[in-house]
Amino acid sequence: MSRYARLFERLAAKREAAFIPFVMVGDPDPAGSLAVIRTLALAGADALELGLPFSDPVADGPVIQAAATRALDAGVTRRQCWEIIAAVRAEFPDLPVGLLVYANLVCHREPAAFYADAARAGVDSVLVADLPVLEAGPVAAAARAHGVAPVFIAPPNADADRLRAIAEAGEGYTYVTSREGVTGADSMLRRDQSALIAQLVEFGAPPPVLGFGISTPDQVRAARAMGAAGVISGSAVVRLAAEGGDLAGFVREMKEATY
Amino acid sequence: MRLSGRFGRFGGAYVPEILMPALEQLEAAFLDTKEDHAFQKELGELLTHYAGRPTPLYRCRNLLDAGEAEIWLKREDLLHGGAHKTNQALGQGLLAKRMGKRRLIAETGAGQHGVATALTGAVLGLKTRVYMGAVDMARQEQNVFRMRLMGAEVVPVTTGSQTLKDAINEALRDWSASYETTHYLLGTVAGPHPFPTMVRDFQRIIGDEARAQLLEARGTLPNLVVASVGGGSNAIGIFTAFIPDPEVRLLGVEAGGDGLETGRHGATLNRGRPGVLHGAYSFVMQDEEGQIVESHSISAGLDYPGVGPEHSFLRESGRAAYTTCTDDEALDAFGLLARREGIIPALESSHALAAALVEARKAAGPLTILVNLSGRGDKDLGTVLQRMGSPEGAS
Repeated sequence: MSRYARLFERLAAKREAAFIPFVMVGDPDPAGSLAVIRTLALAGADALELGLPFSDPVADGPVIQAAATRALDAGVTRRQCWEIIAAVRAEFPDLPVGLLVYANLVCHREPAAFYADAARAGVDSVLVADLPVLEAGPVAAAARAHGVAPVFIAPPNADADRLRAIAEAGEGYTYVTSREGVTGADSMLRRDQSALIAQLVEFGAPPPVLGFGISTPDQVRAARAMGAAGVISGSAVVRLAAEGGDLAGFVREMKEATY
Repeated sequence: MRLSGRFGRFGGAYVPEILMPALEQLEAAFLDTKEDHAFQKELGELLTHYAGRPTPLYRCRNLLDAGEAEIWLKREDLLHGGAHKTNQALGQGLLAKRMGKRRLIAETGAGQHGVATALTGAVLGLKTRVYMGAVDMARQEQNVFRMRLMGAEVVPVTTGSQTLKDAINEALRDWSASYETTHYLLGTVAGPHPFPTMVRDFQRIIGDEARAQLLEARGTLPNLVVASVGGGSNAIGIFTAFIPDPEVRLLGVEAGGDGLETGRHGATLNRGRPGVLHGAYSFVMQDEEGQIVESHSISAGLDYPGVGPEHSFLRESGRAAYTTCTDDEALDAFGLLARREGIIPALESSHALAAALVEARKAAGPLTILVNLSGRGDKDLGTVLQRMGSPEGAS
């Protein structure tokens, strides 16, 4: 049984949702990044979503773009990213770790080579932000061949056919975006995604996790009410980490809203 | 999608899932209008009476000193807007209206595509926003003013290298929130399917006209067709009609910048590797880890680290060859055409001209060369003045 499956089974038994913070690996530098990720895990994050820095992140808003730029400007290498992830894996053996990347990081060489590196570092899943299901076949096959779960995004404009394809192609969890546009913290959830989530469940999709714009405990409760099995909070966490704010306090507050 | 969107192993649609319905809608509208007489008639009328097609084909009288080579220029510089960009901006603008979109967004580097989109928005009554790198806005001030005069909003992009690639990123970000009301009027044969196919089909009029004009004027096909390649729309535009003619050599010219050995260039097909940028699998200028690297060229329109996927395919299949010329070689060709023929070419087109001059000078016998003079040089006068100083006293 995969780490995600064990996590969602355990949470379902307790009627809890997962709180999954996102940060950029290597932001602002390798040591600082590892410290941030450890803080998130020790404070009670149910799983981690980690970005690999990319020069042209078209699905990201200004906060996460800036995090990638900080890491690249600090000269963080891919090898250092894998080392940080491997260190997290060694310290937290049961914690699901997902990666969020862009297609060129996977496709600029053989995808199998990327997934071999990811598997070796202890990564459980990879979401390629600019890889729609239609293009994903060979890449997803390479992921599965290395025991890495391919995660897909279910956007608010997906019709039933697209949701069915997403449900069939994905493993680990399904990333449901709360709205259109790119990543960035909002003060409230603008759309009710319960119908879309119900449809994903009906199609047998991996557990639906809501992301984009999530920054408050009220939003976490609203996401639960929509039927989400968890939430991902990215820009809010990245900004707090960059400002040196109380990350552990934020994780505890958000996690409490999942009960 | 109804088409594969692939050119051999290149192409595809590598975009966030949320953009797929918009790309499917666009593909359907594009394919439906190919056989739609009313649509084609409206586009044809705009191209003729508004944009000024057909553009002339001109045989250079004085450019070459000696020898039997001939250089023929396809005068896209005379098109309304100042470059070939208008051909496809009008086509996409009409498609946008047909899809019921009320707003256009576009990226621009040198500003030529931004100008073409702005004039399209003005004439078709569509609200227009153009994303432009802050660095490009500073070096192409006059085109910024032109766009604003025609009612477009020009938004500076301050992320990344603050040039064309970042402007495309920002336009894609806008579109992922605005696709319901907005058409992304991408300016070249790059990007996700259906853009490379659609933009090619709107631009192939350049080669279709030139082929017929040359047959009419000379009774033969050219031996060689030369065009500059940034994203690659003017090159695809003039190549497409000649692809079925195996005796016609096709030569694309990339930005050699300061010279390939310096690393400061825009020679994606000559120095890049396959990868994914802006929605397509194609050649990309990137480092060992897959980070996109910054390109360099005196010509803003060639200053792009990606290239349209069909060019990657034409290169790999051997149907077209791709060379480079440096900033200095392009400037020499720019000056020569101005002095000898009284035509001031765009710096992009000057790259094609420079390569054509090399071919003409090394020709042992008769050689008919067709060059796509894709744009006029008015926009580049500031750049050239800064680089060359006053031409008085220049030979």
